[in-house]
Amino acid sequence: MNAPAPAAGLKPQLFKSDVKPVWCPGCGDYTVLSSVTKALAALEVRPENVAVVSGIGCSSRIPAYTTCYGFHGVHGRALAAATGLKVARPDLTVLAMGGDGDGYSIGGNHFLHACRRNVDLTYIVMDNRVYGMTKGQPSPTTEPDWDSKLAPHGTGLREFHPLVIALASGANFIARATSSDPNGTADLIAQAVRHPGFSFVEVLSPCVTFRPEQRNWKEMVHPAPVAPTDDAARAARRLMTDDGFNIGVLYAGHRKPYRPEMGRPAAEVAELETEFIL
Amino acid sequence: MTGEGKGLDSVSIALAGSGGAGVMTAGNMLLEAAAQAGYYGLMTRSSGPQIRGGEAAAMLRVATTPCDSVDDRYQVLVAIDWGNVARFAAELPLDAASLIVGDPAHGEPPEVFLKSGARHAPVTLKDIAKKITGGWPNMVALGLLGGIIGLPYAALRAAVERSLKKGGGALAASLAAVQAGAAEAARIGSSYALAPAPARTARWLITGNQAAGYGAIRGGVRFVAAYPITPATELLEWMAPSLERVGGTLVQAEDELASINMILGASYGGVPSLTATSGPGLSLMIEALGLGVAAEIPIVVVDVMRTGPSTGIATKTEQADLNLAMYGMHGDAPHLVLAPNSVADCLRTTQWATHLAETLQVPAIVLSDQFFGQARAVLERPETVAFAGERLRAAPNAADYKRYALTESGVSPMAIPGTAGITYTADGLEHAERGTPSSLASDHLAQLEKRARKLASIDYGEDWADLEGEGELAVITWGSCTGAVREAFSRARSDGITGRLLSLRLLSPAQPEKLRRALAGVTRALVIEQSFGGQFLRYLRGEYDLDCELTSFRKPGPLPARPDEIHRRILDWSRA
Amino acid sequence: MTAKKKPARKTKRATPARKTAVRAVKRAAKPARAPSAAYADFMVQAYAMENDARDRYTEFAEQMDMHNNPDVARLFRKLARIEGLHAETIVREMGWSKPPARTEAWMWRHSEAPESAAPGDLHYLMQPYQALELALESERRAVSFFSGMTHSTAPVEVKRIAREMAAEEREHVRLIREWLKKFPKPERGWDQDPDPPQQSD
Ligand SMILES: Cc1ncc(C[n+]2csc(CCOP(=O)(O)OP(=O)(O)O)c2C)c(N)n1
Ligand code: SF4
Ligand SMILES: [Mg+2]
Repeated sequence: MNAPAPAAGLKPQLFKSDVKPVWCPGCGDYTVLSSVTKALAALEVRPENVAVVSGIGCSSRIPAYTTCYGFHGVHGRALAAATGLKVARPDLTVLAMGGDGDGYSIGGNHFLHACRRNVDLTYIVMDNRVYGMTKGQPSPTTEPDWDSKLAPHGTGLREFHPLVIALASGANFIARATSSDPNGTADLIAQAVRHPGFSFVEVLSPCVTFRPEQRNWKEMVHPAPVAPTDDAARAARRLMTDDGFNIGVLYAGHRKPYRPEMGRPAAEVAELETEFIL
Repeated sequence: MTGEGKGLDSVSIALAGSGGAGVMTAGNMLLEAAAQAGYYGLMTRSSGPQIRGGEAAAMLRVATTPCDSVDDRYQVLVAIDWGNVARFAAELPLDAASLIVGDPAHGEPPEVFLKSGARHAPVTLKDIAKKITGGWPNMVALGLLGGIIGLPYAALRAAVERSLKKGGGALAASLAAVQAGAAEAARIGSSYALAPAPARTARWLITGNQAAGYGAIRGGVRFVAAYPITPATELLEWMAPSLERVGGTLVQAEDELASINMILGASYGGVPSLTATSGPGLSLMIEALGLGVAAEIPIVVVDVMRTGPSTGIATKTEQADLNLAMYGMHGDAPHLVLAPNSVADCLRTTQWATHLAETLQVPAIVLSDQFFGQARAVLERPETVAFAGERLRAAPNAADYKRYALTESGVSPMAIPGTAGITYTADGLEHAERGTPSSLASDHLAQLEKRARKLASIDYGEDWADLEGEGELAVITWGSCTGAVREAFSRARSDGITGRLLSLRLLSPAQPEKLRRALAGVTRALVIEQSFGGQFLRYLRGEYDLDCELTSFRKPGPLPARPDEIHRRILDWSRA
Repeated sequence: MTAKKKPARKTKRATPARKTAVRAVKRAAKPARAPSAAYADFMVQAYAMENDARDRYTEFAEQMDMHNNPDVARLFRKLARIEGLHAETIVREMGWSKPPARTEAWMWRHSEAPESAAPGDLHYLMQPYQALELALESERRAVSFFSGMTHSTAPVEVKRIAREMAAEEREHVRLIREWLKKFPKPERGWDQDPDPPQQSD
């Protein structure tokens, strides 16, 4: 299975399906969807050579809204399914997508190991610091003092820092994007896909229903003041001190992707028998 | 067992000792030597909980016909030392006709063994080995055992040479030790020599885990993702290099949630995929198995069952994951459950499971168990069968493509990523024919029917079960009990009892019509299984309308089923 | 269950005033000679901008359809049509046989195409007044984008066309202001919903 030939001149619209999103108007996920379609057009891939794999959540509904091959799996396991798919089908462009609950809570273990395994795929998390689909419970990225029905006094727990964790776990490309800038996000996604190995794009994507205050994020985001680094130690320092609203590529490394050989048999199946024959 | 004057048709021997004694190595060599000499055989093993240095026992049965079960008694127990070997007493039943060989340097045999009335013949294994530069007591024991059961020296030498490929001094010393051991056998004298070996045929030496792995590859599996767990690990260890050779790969996942979702992803990508695990892992996989059912993605999960619940007894066998495999999933989730009923059948059934999963686009669970998985058997070369995965694929640019189209058979062509013009989203959400999410009652019903219809759409042929004999009595069993039940039943036949033996291979979907025909005219049936609560009995009661009277004979793990207790049970039951 | 009719939303139907019907504005004829590269580049960008704005309004309309807000959906569709006409005018004026392929033209790094309405400001209960406010914002951004060009170092022919486009956009601002007068300002609490949100997966 060789890499498909580039397909120039495709319009982003071609990547949008006729299934209408169920998202709330104003939800950041709409623009992430359009960023993805723009990025894919810019990457000159055809929809049938792209797979969008997700878990469960509002954000995880995204595959069916594209004309790519989609896989809407179970909660938290998008990265596992995407890993299996990419290893088995290295010719495909694989995007794993989903929410902060999906990726950092129930799927947290897969996040660590996907970073570490460094399979050549792109993971896009639409972080709204809440469980949108289940009506507004705190997620690992929720601020400690945000109160909700399940945590009336806030969680009192420190937030999870996905970018730092991705770096520490071995992700090869780390970027933060914002849904208030669809074109910038498209560009970051395109860079992430082009970068070999596991690329992680955290998109600030407001939940206007359960976190209406996040509408203000668009005033808070700003381009990262410094150029991307390939020095993990420097990246770690920057990420640890970052205000959470720096937008751009924050780390781009050179680790060799995990890509086992597939589809090139050296032996016939029956030859495996020789070790059993007496 | 004794063929008058001409030797035994079957002999069971155990070689035990502490870590470092090398009983497993010697046991493996003995099995190979027996195979070289033209015998069939089965080797199982047992060990203490220590990672290194623990006591261990290699348990072999060598016979003139293929053996699918352990025997009732061990004729010979050889211990290189007695350090905590007494723990294996329940696994190593002896009787007055047995022989115990111990090294006086390590004291008397434990009372639990001696009280069987077995003859004790001391042999100074350690001293004998010491006299040979580079000699090991386990090689002396190998020669001793070979001598006791009457294996020719040439066969022992061939087995030693095969495993000590390096040759040189180590080989010469080992062979000298083997010869010294054989001389001891002649000295102590015994009557456990085997009858002459049958005519040579094409044979394999293989474990159930290897057989299942090979069956999967034959069936077309090229992607495996898995998380290590006893007793499935060896299946994975065999598959990793083997898959590489045939153009596939194995990914070690971070946990079972990952492994099952990885294989769903890979199979969605068009590559037949498998994972192997044991009870605790299968429990973690259940949610994603439901996704495989709903999204119609074929996968194979081999559950090498061990003693449960929870961590249970990780290295021992039991048939108690049946409920989980059959009924673990939420929602109405029709899927395949199959169970091999011999080591050789691990190959055939796993290959068949792969074929069925691919054909029906559904997950298949294969219930093997520790007994099969870790048993090494000398068996007749399994016939090559043509089951190969064949998935119905959609053609590029098919007009008005619907992934979950309501076809007559229920199987609808699957679009494989990379195919133009028919992209779709595989979904665990209930969906309409196109795959788009739907919560309409009509779509739910139509898709439920479709998924159920698929499994009923094909004829599973004769492979659904093994049926032997006739009569008004029947013994019904499954999985690794089958070997012991078959042996017990053949003894019962010599006692004048006629009846049928039915061993079910295809557990889901149930085959009520076939079962009805198989049991036509049967008035009473004895259901034999290795679970405490009678899971198989309940399964039969739940899935089939049986009009005969059912009696249950069940025993949990960890000990493998033995023919004698089943034989006695059959006699009591048939005469009741 | 008796089939109760859904109460009609109170907002007025969003029929745009006649004056807003868009006429293709006649611009000074394009340069007699073949357009300079800078001019062509600029027009590609202007075309992309109109196109992005149209796509954005179309998306908005679809979201409103999905969320049972037909008045606002109709209004967004109208706005989309207007932007589409602008895009077509550019194609015609440039004499392109087919619209230029969008290479990286949509990439306004770290910013949106100036005329695209901000997606985060939508609400399922929003009213036409608010939709028009959104549009007004976009047109204003377009005005400042084009008038910004006139102060840049761009070649004269680019500055000239930018000035014309700025004037055009200014006209749109005026029209939308007019249009706004036709709709009541939403009352306080316009976004109140007595029922809690749904959850599905
Ligand atoms: C195993 C399992 N547990 C719980 C749920 C319920 N559930 C659905 S989505 C979700 C959280 C989604 O949050 P997030 O991933 O942040 O997505 P968002 O909706 O915010 O985009 C939960 C808990 C489920 N579907 N499956
Ligand atoms: S609930 Fe929040 S995350 Fe979900 S669609 Fe609505 S705005 Fe988006
Ligand atoms: Mg979320």
